[in-house]
Amino acid sequence: MFITKRNFCALAAAATIALTSVPAAVQAFEPTKPIDFVIMAGKGGGADKMARLMQSIIEQEGLSARPVVPTNKSGGSGAEALVHMKSASDPDHTIMVTLNSFFTTPLRQPGLDVDIMQFAPVGRMAEDTFLLWVHKDEGITSFDQYLEQAKSRGSDWVMGGTGKNSEDNIITDFLNSNYGLEMKYIPYKGGGEVAKQVAGRQITSSVNNPSEALGFFESGDLIPLVAFTDERLPMFPDVPTLKEAGGDFSYFMQRAVVGAPGMSDDAAAYYTDLFTKVYESAAWQEYKSSKSLMGDFMAGSDLKAYWDTQRTRHTEILKASGAIN
Amino acid sequence: MKRAEIVTAFVLGLLSLYLMWKAGEPPSWNPDVGRFANIGMIEGEGPGSGFWPFWLSFAMLLSCIWIAINWFRGTSPQSQSKEPFLDAYGIKMLVLVGGGLIAFLVLISFLGFYAAIFFFMIYYMFVLGRHPWVTTMSVSIGLPVISFFFFDIAMRIPLPKGYLEPLFIPLYDIFL
Amino acid sequence: MEVLVALSDGILVALEPLNLGLAVLGVIVGLFVGAMPGLGSVNGVAILLPFTFVIQSMTGSATSPMIFLAAIYYGAMYGGAISSITLGIPGASTAVATTFDGRPLALKGQADRALVTAAVASFVGGTISTMLFTGFAPMLASVALDFGDPEIFALMLLAFATFVGLGGDDIPKTIFSICIGLVLATVGFDIVSGEPRLIFFDSVNWFSRGIQFLVLAIGVYGIGEMLWTINSSRYGTTMTNVDVSFSRIMAALRSFPEAWKGTTIGSLLGFFVGILPAAGATPGSLMSYGVTKMVSRDPKQFGQGSIDGIAAPEAANNSASTGAMLPMMTLGIPGSPTTAVLLAGMVIWGLQPGPLLFSEQPDFVWPLIGSFYISNIVAVLVNLACIPLFLWMLRMPFTILAPLIFVLSLIGTYAAYQNPYDVWLMVLVGIAAFFLRLLDYPLAPAVLAIVLGPIAEPKLRQSLLFSDGDFSIFFTRPIAGPITVIALILIFLPLLKLIRDKIRGRRAA
Repeated sequence: MFITKRNFCALAAAATIALTSVPAAVQAFEPTKPIDFVIMAGKGGGADKMARLMQSIIEQEGLSARPVVPTNKSGGSGAEALVHMKSASDPDHTIMVTLNSFFTTPLRQPGLDVDIMQFAPVGRMAEDTFLLWVHKDEGITSFDQYLEQAKSRGSDWVMGGTGKNSEDNIITDFLNSNYGLEMKYIPYKGGGEVAKQVAGRQITSSVNNPSEALGFFESGDLIPLVAFTDERLPMFPDVPTLKEAGGDFSYFMQRAVVGAPGMSDDAAAYYTDLFTKVYESAAWQEYKSSKSLMGDFMAGSDLKAYWDTQRTRHTEILKASGAIN
Repeated sequence: MKRAEIVTAFVLGLLSLYLMWKAGEPPSWNPDVGRFANIGMIEGEGPGSGFWPFWLSFAMLLSCIWIAINWFRGTSPQSQSKEPFLDAYGIKMLVLVGGGLIAFLVLISFLGFYAAIFFFMIYYMFVLGRHPWVTTMSVSIGLPVISFFFFDIAMRIPLPKGYLEPLFIPLYDIFL
Repeated sequence: MEVLVALSDGILVALEPLNLGLAVLGVIVGLFVGAMPGLGSVNGVAILLPFTFVIQSMTGSATSPMIFLAAIYYGAMYGGAISSITLGIPGASTAVATTFDGRPLALKGQADRALVTAAVASFVGGTISTMLFTGFAPMLASVALDFGDPEIFALMLLAFATFVGLGGDDIPKTIFSICIGLVLATVGFDIVSGEPRLIFFDSVNWFSRGIQFLVLAIGVYGIGEMLWTINSSRYGTTMTNVDVSFSRIMAALRSFPEAWKGTTIGSLLGFFVGILPAAGATPGSLMSYGVTKMVSRDPKQFGQGSIDGIAAPEAANNSASTGAMLPMMTLGIPGSPTTAVLLAGMVIWGLQPGPLLFSEQPDFVWPLIGSFYISNIVAVLVNLACIPLFLWMLRMPFTILAPLIFVLSLIGTYAAYQNPYDVWLMVLVGIAAFFLRLLDYPLAPAVLAIVLGPIAEPKLRQSLLFSDGDFSIFFTRPIAGPITVIALILIFLPLLKLIRDKIRGRRAA
């Protein structure tokens, strides 16, 4: 009964405050309730791990007055998350961590009627990188050998990736069309599963992010052949970039935090500030370097400009592969 | 012969037909593909995306027809049973309890979980269960309060609060 | 010997006051989270993940946080049985099979015996699997790598096969139930083609994620079954009549050896299925139930409150959850949402899951394994101590318990995925399930189908992509082949029997 009484008092007090206090002309924004932190992917993936790391940093350093509550909305390659954001009842308390499906899903599903430029550009936390991996027992050590082998094996060379028309599929399509390969592409549920399939030699190669393949790289089971980046990765100094190997292609995965459409400027500024602190924390920097992530912090209009170029690029890529008209 | 058995079989048969039709739907971004293009085996790939939903729904349709045949021949226990599908008590129960649940859901979308639990418990315990006011009120108030502390505060799963959200902000100030 | 030395060192670390305290706390949290329908180990683990970061910065190692989260995981596996037995609602997919016999036994007034059996079987399963884990972990990791898509599919087929006999006597209704479960499992986006399927009314909010197992399970058991109980028992009944007494619990403990068969099968089969990187603990617990029923001398007892039928899935889900740690730690792939969060935790604490974890991080691995033993002992003691509390709940008047179950079902469904549409869907499913129940449609097959379907279908299609659409891949591979053949025999055996009986019946007539 004690708690009940106390709650009654609190409720009564709450009612009075809610009824009497007129919200003063907003100064700086502070969250007043738990922040809905939407993850555009399922539990256990790269985006999920990062989101939970960000949440842990925020909690540990006490950066936010209210808790950040992660919710996974993985349906329809991010469609569920995008629609949830678009219809958020309180955009000032709704943020989302994104993948590249942030660009591709609205293009592939115009019916969602989502315009990514209406999202608030809170901050880009990193860009994830892609490498081409094969099993050590394939006896391949260079990109040229890979091309030779893959060409001679035709569709017996199997590439695995996360989902259809995803980042992995885009890179596979690029390799197939530019090097005259006929690799077969099999979509899986998550990057960890793909890496395991290569390690168990169920499939021949993959284009995993470093964080997904690192365990098998350290044990020597998987070998990286080429990096789809502009410069060599500090963690893999001996692995050439595709540009060095004669190709003109680089591809990254955006790891950014966005605010729901309709978020006020004050709120967006608050979150940008919050995630700048997360970005600068030792734990985040440590994670970034140990998982071979690239990209500096980016926010505001810079981030929007980045989205614009990425959207244009993905439109071209998807058109070229026939995924959209 | 119990009529509900055949009516249900018929309704489920219609549902199966709808599922079959829906399974063959082309993806929204590629309207050039015809309906039912995806329900067969694709050369070199195995079953298409609509293969399982379509043929499993077809199996549902067949079993509905089977159920109907059993009913006409009177070979299944339900087709022989003389008991009414739902007697007067059953209908009253369904309206009172099922209706209460629907009302509960509607209340949730306006007033949120906690207030809706309060009203639902009062309705069920006082109106249906005829418990004394004291018991009713202590459960009806205690349950949402415990739930709030368990879900919103301890588990960090904020339940929807509908239009009552502003009332909770001071509580967050105190407990979060 | 080396292993034993490492293990005993590990156990000593796990017994340090801080680690022991965290294990006890974790087990208690897990027990209660697991006992709530809708919530499960995954919620407990995900919510406390940020807190472990704090523990880590205090102790400086990843061991204590992992011990804490692993204890929650175990506790929840024990807790899952509680709502299955007392309320008849499986709180998580791992506890579905426990309802089949746990519920009937509780209705017979032996809820105490069911709970005790579940707790002890969980303990035995957890401990046996921890021993297997201790002795053979690195070796088993390579077995897990040999399981590709066709092997996993064959295994899922086997899981289905062990359940062929589960439905009622009405064959078309059983087929209908299996099929509708499988169809509902395909709702949402297809992984292989990337196309949306069965998005009813084109509603992204409702259906893009697919229909979740819990929506169907809580709908069927929490709403449908409850309405049916209210309808058939009329006003004024209590759920069960149980006397809580120390002597009854002791008697139940003493009679536990009767369940040796289910416990043994569950512990071994559960562990083996658990280490395969696909499924987590659910298929393991389902298969153990099916196999135990198959080899039982008295299969008719199953579904009526068989002790073996409770022990098998409970031993299996604990055993499998230990097993599932293996692919997570050595291969970096999660078999279940809970292990996915644990994996995220390991990454946050700065560990790299992979084949080298065992050799490079012995300071992390051995205390963790040590804590598995400790947590299991703690969990069984806490669980047994709490049984009177859970039984007391059942003694509430039905007009209080029933709305309480409804409220728990609704909140649980929301809390699981934070999607208000799921709650509506769950209630609608529940009301439909009530009507079907009145007409004797068996619904357990539908619930099982929605658990296994989403694992089986992608694996089937990935295999066929690999083989260019050639089904012989399931027969020619050395591991997949025998499993597929056994599964097909099991599926068609009852059918052949049926035809034989029909022919005999006709001859006799």
